[in-house]
Amino acid sequence: MEAMDAALGGGLAHGCLHEIYAAEVGDGAAAAGFTLAAAMGMCGGGMGGARPLLWLRSRRAVGALGVFQGAGWAELGGAPDGGLVGVVGDTMGLLRAAVDGLRCAALGAVVVESWGTMRELDLTASRRFALAAEQSGVPLLLLRVDAEPSPSAARTRWQVSAAPSCALPQAGPGDAPGAPCFDITLLRQRSGPSGQSWRLEWDREKCQFREALSGAVVPAPLDRPAGDRAGKRHAA
Amino acid sequence: MIEQENGTLHNAPLAMVTKVRGALRLGAVNGAARDRGMAVGMALADARAVLPDLIVAEMDEQADAHWLMRLARRCGAWSPHVMVTPPDGLVMESTGVDHLFGGEAGLAAQVEDAMADIGMTTRVAMAATSEAAQALVRYGVHNGQGPVADEGGAIRALPIAALGLEDEAALALSRAGLKTVGDVAGRSMAAIAARFGGEAVTALRRLLGEEQAPIAPIIRPRPLRFERRFPEPIGLQSSIAACFLDLMHQAAGEMAQRDLGGRRFALTLFRSDGARHRLMIETGLPTRDPALVLRLFDERIAALADPLDPGFGYDRITLLVPLAEPLLASQSALDGEEKQEAALAELIDRLSTRLGPDALRRLVPQDSHMPEQAQYAVAAIHHAPGHHAPIAWPAPAQGEPPLRPLFLFDPPQQVDIIAEVPDGPPHRFRWRGTLYEVSRFEGPERIAAQWWRRKEGEIPGMGGLTRDYYRVEDRHGRRYWIFRHGLYEEKPDPHWYMHGLFA
Repeated sequence: MEAMDAALGGGLAHGCLHEIYAAEVGDGAAAAGFTLAAAMGMCGGGMGGARPLLWLRSRRAVGALGVFQGAGWAELGGAPDGGLVGVVGDTMGLLRAAVDGLRCAALGAVVVESWGTMRELDLTASRRFALAAEQSGVPLLLLRVDAEPSPSAARTRWQVSAAPSCALPQAGPGDAPGAPCFDITLLRQRSGPSGQSWRLEWDREKCQFREALSGAVVPAPLDRPAGDRAGKRHAA
Repeated sequence: MIEQENGTLHNAPLAMVTKVRGALRLGAVNGAARDRGMAVGMALADARAVLPDLIVAEMDEQADAHWLMRLARRCGAWSPHVMVTPPDGLVMESTGVDHLFGGEAGLAAQVEDAMADIGMTTRVAMAATSEAAQALVRYGVHNGQGPVADEGGAIRALPIAALGLEDEAALALSRAGLKTVGDVAGRSMAAIAARFGGEAVTALRRLLGEEQAPIAPIIRPRPLRFERRFPEPIGLQSSIAACFLDLMHQAAGEMAQRDLGGRRFALTLFRSDGARHRLMIETGLPTRDPALVLRLFDERIAALADPLDPGFGYDRITLLVPLAEPLLASQSALDGEEKQEAALAELIDRLSTRLGPDALRRLVPQDSHMPEQAQYAVAAIHHAPGHHAPIAWPAPAQGEPPLRPLFLFDPPQQVDIIAEVPDGPPHRFRWRGTLYEVSRFEGPERIAAQWWRRKEGEIPGMGGLTRDYYRVEDRHGRRYWIFRHGLYEEKPDPHWYMHGLFA
């Protein structure tokens, strides 16, 4: 999205640390989806030939959000085959694994999904992250849920919450949920403007964000009857 | 030379059948069956007519070969040179080893006893050449009862079948009135060669012990085991590390010669007071890079619950490579892609060593319509991407929003329904103590239970409950995947569950 890229001076930078805060605990899944979408962009579109993504989760994240699904990742336009998903019980282990991942230049991006205030994740730890990321060029996306922003060495800091999707009309009563939408705010940017907010919709086909037409209903496509959406899907 | 034959000992007549040119024929019979007229090569129909209570089983040649190979390994305890002669023979070179077991008779007795212990019937014979020993076992009248007193005489008394000639040649020999090996040996070799070819002469000379044929023993690779002993126990971390690096260099040299790379390394530290510390690491790709293995061992030592205590020091350190795979010599100039692969493999090894092999996983699609069974998370250290990918991830349909959630709860979590709509998703539901208002929904996506997995699942009502899935979005825009467990006609008051979260 041009406005966002302009604000960032050309998209999310590689080789540094970006923090993504979920606005509320309930926005954890939306923040994770936003992080995954952003990481896919940094890994090289998520298409074949892209570099692998390392997604590290704390055990609390698994309890709160559930098991990470390759099918859901593919539904967002990614290629789950090359990805690595790690679940680490203790915070120190999680942070060390992230640093090891950052030192491996073969990775496209590292995501750390942390829940709650992590005492060990202080300014020193985030400086270590930033240093490792700078040396290898691998970006770290630090997803934080149920945590208050604290001083860090991050290049950018975002707040993400779920936004009502652009509804799809269906033959039955009510509207169907559309493509994932996010309300994002740039809380802080090192040496750059901050405070802007956007409502973004993830475009799976182009593998990029676009500005969401908030609240608008997308007109029914011409090449497909509107009743199609109401047709009950069956599987057995 | 010792020749053995394995068989089975049962009281009931038993025969193994095998398919020979489309017909079922007996491939092996036990003693009880042989006593009652069964013979190898009989058609199964004939055998059944003669002996209706014959127990028949299918012959498994591969398992037999495997078992024979195991027996051959066992025979390594008596002789360094053991040859397998399929389908049922083993040849041991006893030159220079029989005196260790009390002479030829003692060795034969030991082999028979050991084989009898594991339920094998054996026939043992000793002769100057392996062909003669095999012939004595298979055709000899004394039927393999250890060494024979008059070896030359016993061999001359063998039937001409022992020469192992073609059927035509054997028939011609017997027509000429030559019944035994001795009869043939009495003729001039030139005449036999002219009449029956050079092979007949060679076979005869080998039987008579006039010519030796080399035996091809099974080769057991030396185990990759390296050891250092110290006159004075060592305890310093740096000395231990130096010793280990030295061992690893030695192992790398040995593995490079054999074009192998280790997948598993075990380091055992023997403390002078008798305590033993054993450390094991695994790698995702075969390697013989000492520095890399040393780093992994460092990780393993750092991850130990109670640190290594050298105490009074270690007086012996061994390195064992229990699992090795082919690894060809690497090129000096790796191209970029290979370098990246190697870097990634090293990262996987390191994290798997520190956090446990199951901590880091790859997602593999599974062929199941049940959402919770649609993927399989395999340990990354044991799985390279693309290794087995018969199934691809389902491709999302153009223009559709995501239909499968990014996260799934295992097991699904029950939700309380506040305002229910028949044949639709609830308007309001309570989950984890919070009230949710549904503003948008789509569904149902009906997923039937796997009735074929259940006993009597094909009977209506016994196949398990159908699930009706709905994608719902609440007022804040958070998207959930909830389902009703059971249709209304299947269950009077079906429960609702939260199964997953969309981005």
